[in-house]
Amino acid sequence: MDAKRTYTRRKATNYIMTGLCSLATLAAVGVLLLVVGYTLVKGIAYLNLGFLTQTASPLGEPGGGMRHEIIGTLVLVGLASVLGIPIGLMAGAYLSEYGGGRVGSVVRLVADVLTGVPSVVVGIFVYVMLVRPMGTFSALSGGVALAIIMLPVVARTTEEMMKLVPLTHREAALALGIPRWRVIISVVMPGAAVGIVTGIMLAIARIAGETAPLIFTALGNRFGFAGLDQPIAALPLQMWRYAVSAYDTWNQQAWAGAFLLVMLVLVISLLVRWLTARRYG
Amino acid sequence: MVMQQEQTRLSEKASAYVSKGIVVEDLNAWYGSLQALRHISMTILPNRVTAVIGPSGCGKSTFIRCLNRMHEVLPEARVSGRVLLDGEDIYAPGVDPVQVRRRVGMVFQKPNPFPTMSVFDNVAAGLKLNGLRAPGNLAERVERALRQAALWDEVRDKLKQNGAALSGGQQQRLCIARALAVEPEALLMDEPCSALDPIATGRIEDLIRELRERYIIVIVTHNMQQAGRVSDMTAFLMMGDDRAGELIEYDQTGLIFTNPKDPRTEAYITGRFG
Amino acid sequence: MLAGLSLVGVLAAMAASLLETARPALAAFGLGFLFSSIWDPVREVFGALPAVYGTLLTSAIAMAVSVPVSLGVAIFLAELAPRCLRTPVSFLVEMLAAIPSVVLGLWGIFVMAPAIYPAEQWLERVLGSIPLFRGPIFGGFGFLTGGLILAIMALPIITAIARDAILTVPASQKEAMLALGATRWEAISGAVLPYARSGVIAASILGLGRALGETMAVTMVIGNGYLVTARLFAPGNTMASKIATQFNEASGLEVNALVELALVLLAVALIVNVAGRLLVRRAVGRVPWGGR
Repeated sequence: MDAKRTYTRRKATNYIMTGLCSLATLAAVGVLLLVVGYTLVKGIAYLNLGFLTQTASPLGEPGGGMRHEIIGTLVLVGLASVLGIPIGLMAGAYLSEYGGGRVGSVVRLVADVLTGVPSVVVGIFVYVMLVRPMGTFSALSGGVALAIIMLPVVARTTEEMMKLVPLTHREAALALGIPRWRVIISVVMPGAAVGIVTGIMLAIARIAGETAPLIFTALGNRFGFAGLDQPIAALPLQMWRYAVSAYDTWNQQAWAGAFLLVMLVLVISLLVRWLTARRYG
Repeated sequence: MVMQQEQTRLSEKASAYVSKGIVVEDLNAWYGSLQALRHISMTILPNRVTAVIGPSGCGKSTFIRCLNRMHEVLPEARVSGRVLLDGEDIYAPGVDPVQVRRRVGMVFQKPNPFPTMSVFDNVAAGLKLNGLRAPGNLAERVERALRQAALWDEVRDKLKQNGAALSGGQQQRLCIARALAVEPEALLMDEPCSALDPIATGRIEDLIRELRERYIIVIVTHNMQQAGRVSDMTAFLMMGDDRAGELIEYDQTGLIFTNPKDPRTEAYITGRFG
Repeated sequence: MLAGLSLVGVLAAMAASLLETARPALAAFGLGFLFSSIWDPVREVFGALPAVYGTLLTSAIAMAVSVPVSLGVAIFLAELAPRCLRTPVSFLVEMLAAIPSVVLGLWGIFVMAPAIYPAEQWLERVLGSIPLFRGPIFGGFGFLTGGLILAIMALPIITAIARDAILTVPASQKEAMLALGATRWEAISGAVLPYARSGVIAASILGLGRALGETMAVTMVIGNGYLVTARLFAPGNTMASKIATQFNEASGLEVNALVELALVLLAVALIVNVAGRLLVRRAVGRVPWGGR
């Protein structure tokens, strides 16, 4: 009977499509596990104390580490944070508390637009604005590039988190005669603190792994920190160069560096999840 | 002897008649570990409108959702007992809920036409599922359903229009047409008029009285006047101490409202609670 | 308030300065920049077509692969998965977004490309008459691998937004379909997905935006070719990868040309991202903020 055949076909379609969706999920999770798995396995093979504490050994000789690069990344991230976090917080606060009008919408739009800028273009921009006039690649320009990437993210998450603080909190404080700016700093921001902090943590995790903007700004430096106005090494940058090189020892070091980056990202993601759950759980 | 034969013949006829309806035997329903319905047994007669009334939270909606196996769609929802449609238990192992739901249609509290489809496609949705695609055939069935739902005259020129562009009352009649298009045996209505204005409500109540001729109708309502106007039989449900709904009384509508047997029924009817 | 305006300032400065620096190149090549295929630092002649083509091709491959897969994952997470699986799986998919590009590129070089190589060889043997699959093959590096790695990077964002869009669909829609006697899949494809359609499209557009802006992972697996060709296994370049690999050795007019390329990339990425965000706001009501 035709109806019977249709019915079996419908049931079959149901099973097949449900199966395909499950397969897709398996594939996605599988890829993640493969990437993280390989990184952990290959990275840990090379990761030892020497990796963290030594600097690169001469070409062809085994051993050596990425101490300069690790310190370089820390410096760059620190620099970017010093530049990006305060401005981001203020911009976020502005958007949340005063951002209703025309100016607010424009700024919000611009922030969204900025997140869509490819990181490589940010690097070129900073090259044009800082590196060229300064005449040299520098840690400063690297930090600025990362700050530009960080800024809109911190601003928007700060805004979203602060908006979640109930209006009544603000009103109660204002009714006590506390000036508005104080209310924002002492009442609203602490209320949104968990969300703001997690937003900042995620932004840091992101810029720690950024490579492209640093190619044109920090450049890399085989001799360690030489001053803010000098080129500086960075972990992801050097990883790239090691990865595309032909030398096994360098390839291995790239894996070890990847291990560190993935661990960083993993730890921060879990921390963020835990903090958010604790807040709302 | 003759009396006995007569009696048997009458009982058989009665059973045959009744078996065309929905027979609920010891129905229990849970949400996870929370029991929502306890030991409900009743016989819903064909060609009658059966109203289900009771205070909020007593399980009226849960009850009718058990009649077309929609209750189990919710996570951790469970049912025990038997529900016989046309003599066959819809909860028997091996019975596919998909087929049950074709035979028992449902109209929801808030009209929910598909907003991405035209009026025509809304009504045809159920038909297309079952493989009916020939345009001539489809158009005929859609028109028939819309006529049954007393909506045809109002939308015959607007069939291509978006289904959600109609007024509230029209949307609900559209949903009724959609449910009737697949020619079910029964139609379950979960407070179908609660989101509508009085005029639209009146039209739907008229419609329900007409539909009685062809379908088993079960309507959940919190409006006792509506139950009085529209139904032939009324079932009164109430929460027990453990918050599970129980069937307190089930009788002809007239009797329930003028001469209830259970004091709890009387208390509800006279507005002492609920 | 000043802080907010600083954001605007940055964007404006970016546009202005890039335009300014690219001017010599713009003057030299005009619109032909986009349509010429020669990149010759010695003769100081630069054409961007193969880079633009590479970006388009890899993005197209990325979308073709990741949109269906992401949709499948989104449906799984929103409709099909048992409750206990939803949070862990969502977390894992989000983690995929957090992996730095350079790490994915490293994995691409040493794990993905060698794995794709035999597949490419097989395809070339079986379907080699079609220009798409014609050799020579470069060890698993090329447009195809580049596209696939972009697909991996776009997947988390498409999944997240599509899943949100599906969760926005009122339950009564699905129930109405089920009550008519639909199978689970029919309820999803007939009632839920059409309702969530604009959200899913917006999700895909944002995924595309992500793919367009990607640099490191693609650079590491796309080989280093500069040809407009239909052969999927050929090495190529995207706008981003060309800039990344060429910039540090460039001087003179080449620098201006690369900046012009960056400008083109910026324009394309910006249009796609803004369009995507506007659509998402309309369809889902909010934009998820992992910062990407």
